[in-house]
Amino acid sequence: MNKTVNNKAWWLVLPVFLMVAFNALVPLMTVVNYSIQETFGNNEFFWSGTTWFEQILHDGEFHASLRRQLVFTGLVLLIEIPLGLAIALCMPRQGPWVSVCLVLVALPLLVPWNVVGSMWNIMALPDIGLLGKGINALGIPFNYTRQPISAWFTVVLMDVWHWTSLVLLLCYAGLVAIPDAYYQAAKVDGAGPWAVFRHIQLPKLKHVLTIAVLLRFMDSFMIYTEVIVLTGGGPGSTTKFLSIDLVQKALGGFDLGPAAAFSIVYFLIILFLSWLFYTLMMREEAR
Amino acid sequence: MALELIEIAKRVGADTHIHPTSLVLPQGSFNVLLGTTLSGKTTLMQIMAGIQQPTSGQIRFNGRDVTHVAVQKRNVSMVYQQFINYPNFTVYDNIASPLKVAAMSKAEIDRRVMAAADLLRLRPMLKRRPSELSGGQQQRTAIARAIVKDSDLILLDEPLANLDYKLREELRDELPRLFAGRNAIVVYATTEPVEALLFGGGTATLHEGRVTQFGPTSSVYREPKDLVSAQVFSDPPINMTPVEKRGSQLQLLGGKVWPAGSSARSLSDGRYILGIRPHHVTPLPPEAPAGELEGRVLVTELSGSESVIHLDVGGATWVSQSHGIHPFEVGAHARLHVDIDRGLFFAANGERVS
Repeated sequence: MNKTVNNKAWWLVLPVFLMVAFNALVPLMTVVNYSIQETFGNNEFFWSGTTWFEQILHDGEFHASLRRQLVFTGLVLLIEIPLGLAIALCMPRQGPWVSVCLVLVALPLLVPWNVVGSMWNIMALPDIGLLGKGINALGIPFNYTRQPISAWFTVVLMDVWHWTSLVLLLCYAGLVAIPDAYYQAAKVDGAGPWAVFRHIQLPKLKHVLTIAVLLRFMDSFMIYTEVIVLTGGGPGSTTKFLSIDLVQKALGGFDLGPAAAFSIVYFLIILFLSWLFYTLMMREEAR
Repeated sequence: MALELIEIAKRVGADTHIHPTSLVLPQGSFNVLLGTTLSGKTTLMQIMAGIQQPTSGQIRFNGRDVTHVAVQKRNVSMVYQQFINYPNFTVYDNIASPLKVAAMSKAEIDRRVMAAADLLRLRPMLKRRPSELSGGQQQRTAIARAIVKDSDLILLDEPLANLDYKLREELRDELPRLFAGRNAIVVYATTEPVEALLFGGGTATLHEGRVTQFGPTSSVYREPKDLVSAQVFSDPPINMTPVEKRGSQLQLLGGKVWPAGSSARSLSDGRYILGIRPHHVTPLPPEAPAGELEGRVLVTELSGSESVIHLDVGGATWVSQSHGIHPFEVGAHARLHVDIDRGLFFAANGERVS
């Protein structure tokens, strides 16, 4: 059989390639450009090699904000994933209350990020805010503009309020997708509620939970707007997370080179940790 | 030793899911519940198992009232249309799961699991997880779980419906052997008359929440009690036409006249509904006296060894099913023959009279 060889099919890939190029590769390359060169404006660039990367990797401020970021993301995941799953398990699966519950839990997701920040900013004010005044009334000193613990508490609480619904909705969708016959089979076997959760619901939710962990990890690792509006990274720099640090370096200090190197390191950390989460949670599948 | 349903009924709100039903299923019997989707098969099974409670009536097992005994205390196993196994257990642990609840010794569990795995040819898959199995193997695992403990009642709710044709045939052949020699009462729900015929045993025809007939499968098939039972237990659907018997002749709509045939001999003159199963309508004339049908071919379905022809006869559709390949052009005029000796006659109220 004669086979005609031509490469015309590559043209079909071109539109996708162009799109990816313009919305991902080109902007990323700009950052790469800045990260390995020095510029003083006038569109003049001088090769600087790995200087900026070395500077960032030895930067104490970067280390501190990375540590804060890891603690924050860890806390957020530890609270939001079990909480979302627990609430999803308690939600009704059928009946008139389903849509009411779904709308109520979805509300926080519809609030814009800066509004969430302002809301909690006002809520947590120690003199007039419902939360701030309430906690002080209990006899616990609370002032998120002065005490780091109060600030952290408010930031974490705000994130939990804003994003637990996402985990909840994902888990709920996963739970609803489990056929009734599984629960019946468990009942016939005489399995209790814990066994049903452990051996049916949890394994069936594995994929959904992986997605939820990945989404919440990536998003909380990049948190900016809410914290900037709420605490501005303070008091001091106790709530200065990676993205806040980055913006301060890039815009505040106009250190474009180190900021670009920072961005790339930041990106690689997220990529690596996402890969790590994914492989760990999917490990079973490969066996 | 038997499972007895005594005037069992199930109502949900204003809807009646099961009309008062009485059935006696003896120990060691294989019973088919035959009916279309939503005819109440699953509800009836769940009531038998104790997963649902009847609104009224009583369930007795070996003479003991078990109506309100919870399912886990009844020694029941169930197989579903979906392939239900514990997703994170291996095949071995899945099969062993009902035994572990019963706190059996390890050696005994192992012996039983191996026996069940051998019966269902799952030996090579024991270490795999359900997600690594084909649909057929997943359902085999579920069936192994159902037979591994000596259940008193094994319920199979359309277990083959989600399998592809070949696997379905394979498992269908194996099923009766799995249950032979056990003391369990087996109940098998299906929408397919051919499955009931293949399994033998007993068959209950269900229609809109009512058991219309229950008895040995062959007699339910040959001697349907009424029109509905005959309709449920016929695939392709049974042909029906109003006739009037006059002496030794049958007067059909449109003025056609057929000989009355042997089955109508004892009937008094009058109006009846004649039911003819599709395989008694054939392109070749039978030896016995026959009625003739002339009409336009609507559809022909030719499988390897069988022809199904849908014929439009003056506005009514007749279905013929015959061995061999009988190519008819769609739209062409065709003549078919009705083996009138095999006709089933029903009175106006639906009851079979001959």
